[in-house]
Amino acid sequence: MKKKVLSVLLAATMLTGILAGCGNGATTDQGGAGTSDAGTTDAGTTDAGSTDAGAADAGAAAGEGAVLNIYTWNTEFMNRLTDHYPGYTKGSDNTETDENGNLKGTVEGKIGDITVKFNITPSKDNAYQNNLDEALLGQESAAADDKVDIFLVEADYALKYVNSDYSMAVKDLGITDADIADQYKYTQDVVTDSNGVLKGLSWQGCPGVMFYNREAAKEVFGSDDPAAVQEKVKDWAAFNATAKELHDAGYSIVTSAADTYRTYSNNVSSPWVVDGKINIDENLMNWVNDSKALVDAGYIGTSELWSADWSKGFFPDGKVFAYFGPAWLVNFSMSADTEGSIGYNGGWGATEGPQGFFWGGTWICAATGTDNVATIKDIMLQLTCNPEIMKEIVIKDDDFVNNKPTMEAMAQDTSYSSKVLGGQNPLAMYCAGVNDLDLSNLSDYDQACNEEFQKAMLDYMKGNVDLDTAKENFFKAVVTKHPDLTY
Amino acid sequence: MKMGKRSKAVRFNKWGYIFLIPFLVTFVVFQLIPLISTIVYSFFEYYRAGLKVVGPNFLGLQNYIKLFSDADIWKYTGNTLIIWLMGFVPQIIVSLLIAAWFSDPSLRLKGQRFFKTVIYLPNLIMAAAFAMLFFMLFSKGGPVNSILVNSGIFAEAYTFLDHVWPTRILIAFMNFLMWFGNTTILLMAGMMGIDTSLFEAAQVDGATSTQIFFRVTLPLLKPILLYVMITSLIGGLQMFDVPQILTGDASPNNTSRTLIMFLNNNLYSKNYGMGGAISVYLFVMTGILSLLVFKFTNGKKK
Amino acid sequence: MAVKFDDKQKASKGVGIGIRRVIAYVVLILVSFLCLFWFYVLFINATRSEGDLNRGFSFLPGGNLAANWTKMLNFPMISMGTGMLNSVIVSTLTAALCTYFSTMTAYAIHAYEFRLKKPMFTFILAVMMIPTQVTVLGFLQLVRGMGLEDNFIPLIVPAIASPVVFFYMKQYMESVLPLSLVEAARIDGSGEFRTFNSIVLPLMKPAMAVQAIFSFVSSWNNYFTPSLILHDDKMKTLPILIAQLRSADWREKDMGVVYMAISFSIFPVILVYLILSKHIVQGLAMGSVKG
Repeated sequence: MKKKVLSVLLAATMLTGILAGCGNGATTDQGGAGTSDAGTTDAGTTDAGSTDAGAADAGAAAGEGAVLNIYTWNTEFMNRLTDHYPGYTKGSDNTETDENGNLKGTVEGKIGDITVKFNITPSKDNAYQNNLDEALLGQESAAADDKVDIFLVEADYALKYVNSDYSMAVKDLGITDADIADQYKYTQDVVTDSNGVLKGLSWQGCPGVMFYNREAAKEVFGSDDPAAVQEKVKDWAAFNATAKELHDAGYSIVTSAADTYRTYSNNVSSPWVVDGKINIDENLMNWVNDSKALVDAGYIGTSELWSADWSKGFFPDGKVFAYFGPAWLVNFSMSADTEGSIGYNGGWGATEGPQGFFWGGTWICAATGTDNVATIKDIMLQLTCNPEIMKEIVIKDDDFVNNKPTMEAMAQDTSYSSKVLGGQNPLAMYCAGVNDLDLSNLSDYDQACNEEFQKAMLDYMKGNVDLDTAKENFFKAVVTKHPDLTY
Repeated sequence: MKMGKRSKAVRFNKWGYIFLIPFLVTFVVFQLIPLISTIVYSFFEYYRAGLKVVGPNFLGLQNYIKLFSDADIWKYTGNTLIIWLMGFVPQIIVSLLIAAWFSDPSLRLKGQRFFKTVIYLPNLIMAAAFAMLFFMLFSKGGPVNSILVNSGIFAEAYTFLDHVWPTRILIAFMNFLMWFGNTTILLMAGMMGIDTSLFEAAQVDGATSTQIFFRVTLPLLKPILLYVMITSLIGGLQMFDVPQILTGDASPNNTSRTLIMFLNNNLYSKNYGMGGAISVYLFVMTGILSLLVFKFTNGKKK
Repeated sequence: MAVKFDDKQKASKGVGIGIRRVIAYVVLILVSFLCLFWFYVLFINATRSEGDLNRGFSFLPGGNLAANWTKMLNFPMISMGTGMLNSVIVSTLTAALCTYFSTMTAYAIHAYEFRLKKPMFTFILAVMMIPTQVTVLGFLQLVRGMGLEDNFIPLIVPAIASPVVFFYMKQYMESVLPLSLVEAARIDGSGEFRTFNSIVLPLMKPAMAVQAIFSFVSSWNNYFTPSLILHDDKMKTLPILIAQLRSADWREKDMGVVYMAISFSIFPVILVYLILSKHIVQGLAMGSVKG
C-alpha cells in the first residue's frame, strides 16, 4: 500500500510539475500580451477624456466613504471598470503573493482614495441573489464601509430590486434625463419601477437578431442575402412555413422550441402578473401553439439551450439553419474560434427575424444607503453615457453599447465588419431590432414565470402532458415560488 | 456482579456528561435555533414578496392543511421513495456481495486493493459535475444514443430524459454509482470488526461459504447494516442534488421531483412557513420509516 | 490462514469455487469499469476546447490540455491554488473535528450509564432525521449575526455535532469495543480521558478512517453553504470557484476550463482516500478484539 501511495504521489507530482511547467511558460507570454493591450487602452482612455476624468476625481474624493462595495456574479463589470473608467487603478496583480504564499489584493481596486471591493458570488443555485438579499436587508445596520454601494442585476429579476426601496432613483444621484437621452428605451424599461422611476443604467444593449447558416440559405433558398432570407422569416407565419421547406431539405429551422421563446416573450402586450394574479399573454400562447405544431411535425426539437444537442448546430454537421441571439452569442459562444465551425469560416449571416428581442445585459444599480453617491454617479455617467468611452467599449469588448448615435454611426461605417458573419456589418440589423423594442410589460416575477412556463410547456410539446395539465403545473410551480400570487 | 458494577460506575458516570459537552455545545450554538425556528415557523405565514418580508403571522395549522389538501405532496413522496428504492436495492445487494467476496478468504481474489479503491472513486466527483457528464452521455446526440443506434438496437435516437422511467432509472443509477462504494466500505469496515475465529469455527463445523455469510457474517454485521439502512433511508428521503441537476427540475409531469426539490422551490421566496411544514412532515415520515426499519431488523434477531 | 481455509473448502459443498471466482471477477471488472469510466470522460473533456465541446461528445482526447490548464491558472479573479489551499484547510479540519468528537460522543453513550443516556441517544437520532435544507437559511442569519462571514469557523466547527457520524461510531463500538477493556484500563488506574484517547481511539481507527474520508469528501464538494458564507476571493473554496468559472462572462466562459478545474479538484481527494484507506486495511490486523 505504501508503495502504491508513494507511486501515485510521485506520478501526481510529476504530472503537476509538467503541467505547471507548460503553464508557466505560456503564462508569461499571455500575461505580457495582456498587459501591453491594457496599457494601450488605458493610455487612450486618459487622453480621450482627460478633462472629464480630472473633474470626476475631484468630485469623487470629497466627503465620500472610504470603501465602494460592488456586488456582482462575475468579472464583466470589473473588466469594464478597469479598462474604461478613468481614474480606476487595478489592485495588485493576480500573481503577487504575500509572505504566506497567499494571493493578495485580487479583489481591490482604487478610485482616487476610495477602495473598490468586489463581492463576487456565482449565480448558480441563486447564490448571488441570496447573498445580495441578505446584504440589502442588513444594509441599515451595516457599518458604513460594509454597506452595499453598487449592485448589478440582470433583466429577469431586475424589477425585484428596482421595485424595492433598496435601489436608488438615478435622478437622486444627480443624473438628468438629458444625460441619458441617447440610451435605448428598452434598457431603461427594464429598470423602471412601477411608479415610472428609473433606478438603474446599463452600458450595453443586447438586441437580438436571427443568425442563419449561409450555406444552407444558398442551398435551400438559392441566396444568402439577408434581405432574401428576411423575406422567408419576416413574421411567424412565414417562419413556420419556411420550417417545413428547410425540414424537407434536411435542416431544422432552429434546434429547439426554446430558441424562439425570448422573441415571443419580449413582445407581449401584458405582464406576467396582473393584480396579483398570474396572466398568460396571448403571444406566449402563440409560442406554445406554433412550437407545438413544429415539434409534432418533427421540424424542431425540445432540447435545452446550452446543451450539447443544442450547440451541435454551431457546426455544419448539426444541420441547423438558425439561432436567435445577440452579438455576444455569435461572437463568443458559437465556437467561432474552433476550426470547422460555421463561425470560424464566416458562415453565419444576420437578419432581423420575425420580431425584435434582446438577450442578456447587465444593469448597474445604486443601493440605498450608499455613502459614495458622487462616485456612483460618475461611474454611471462615464460608463453608460460618455460617447467616447462607449465607442472604446465597442472596439475593445465587442459589446453593443447603449448609445444610439455611437451605434448608428458605426452601423454606417463600411470599415466595420464581422468576420464571423462573413464580412457583414450587422449593426444596422441590431439597431433596427432594438429601436422598437417595448419592455414596459415586465414584472417582479419574470424569472420564475419564464423558467416555469418554458419547463411546463416544453413538457406539453414533448407529449408528456396535455395543455391543461401543463398550465396547471405552471401555475402551481409559480405559486410555490411566489406564495403571494394566485391563479 | 450487577450490584458491584453499579457502585463502581457511579464515579465514572459524570464522564458520560462531560464527553457529551462538545456535541451539545456545538449543537446548541449552531443548529438548535435554526431547528426550533423551522418548527415554529411552520405555524406561521412567513415569506418574502421580492425583498419585502411578509409575516410572521400566526396561522395555526393552515400551512399543513394547505400542504396535505393538494395531492402533489403524496406524488412527490411517492417519487422520492420509488427513486430511492430503485437505487438502494441494487446498492445494498451489490455492496453485500462485494463485501462478502472480499472477506471470503477461500475466494482469494486478487487485486482487492485496486477494486476497493476504485469502487469508492465515483463518490469523489461532485454531484453537479457527475450530472453534467450523465446529461452529456445520454443526450440525443450523445455517445449512448449513437452506440444504440449504430448497433441497431434503437431505430432512432431516444431522448432518455423526456420519459418517466428512463429518467428515474438514470437518477437511481447515478445514486447507485455514487453511493454503493460508500456502503461497501462501511460493510467491509464492519466485517473487519468480526472475530475471524468465528469463521474458522464455522468452517470446522462444515458450513459452506453461503451458510457462513447468512448465519455468521450477516447477524454480526447487524449494527452496521442497520446503520446503512437508516442513513440510506434518510439520505434517500432527502435526495436532492442528483435529480435537481440531472433534470433541471423539469421531469415529465414532475415525476422525478423529490420532496426536497419541492421544499427547495418553496424556499425560492424564503417561505419559512410552508418550508417548515414540509420539513416537519419529512421529519415525521423519516421517524416512522426508521422505526419500521429498527423493528424489522430487531425482529429478525429471534 | 488462507491455506487453512482452502483445505476446508475442498470438503464444503458450495458452488464450485472456480465458477464463483469467475463470477466475482466479472462483476468486479464490470463495476470497476462503470466507476472509472467517468474519470476518463472528465479527462477527455478537460483536454477539449469550448468549441470542441459544443460539437458534441468524443471518446478521443482533444489538443487543449495545456491551453485549458494555462487558462484555468490565469482566469481573472480565480486562483485555483488559493482555492485548493482553502479547501484543504476546511476539509481537513472538518474531517478531524467531526471524527474525533463524534467518536467521543458515541463513547459517552456507549460506555457510561447515566440518567439521560437513553433520551440523549434518541434525541441525537431524531436530529439526524431533520432535513438540513430549511435550517441552512436560519444558519446563515446566525452566522451573519455572529459576524462570522468570510470565516472558516462556521464551515468547520459545526461538524463537531454530526449525528450521522456519531450513529456510525456508536454502531461500530457495539461490535468492536467490549466494556471489559474499559474496566481493565480503570483498574490499571488510567483516567477516563486517557482511556478514551489511548485505548478507545486506536480500536476505532478503521471506523474513524472511514468516516474521515466521508466527511472530508462531503466537505470538499460542498458548494451551497460555503457559497453563502465566503465572498472574499482569498477565502473561497474550490466548488465556489468552479461555479464561478461556470457563470463567467461570455468572453471568458470555457467549459473545457471548467472540466479542467473539476479534474484538478479531484486529485487531492484521491490522494487523501488512498492514504486513509491504508488505515482501513490496517484495521484488519486489530479486528479480533471481541472475544
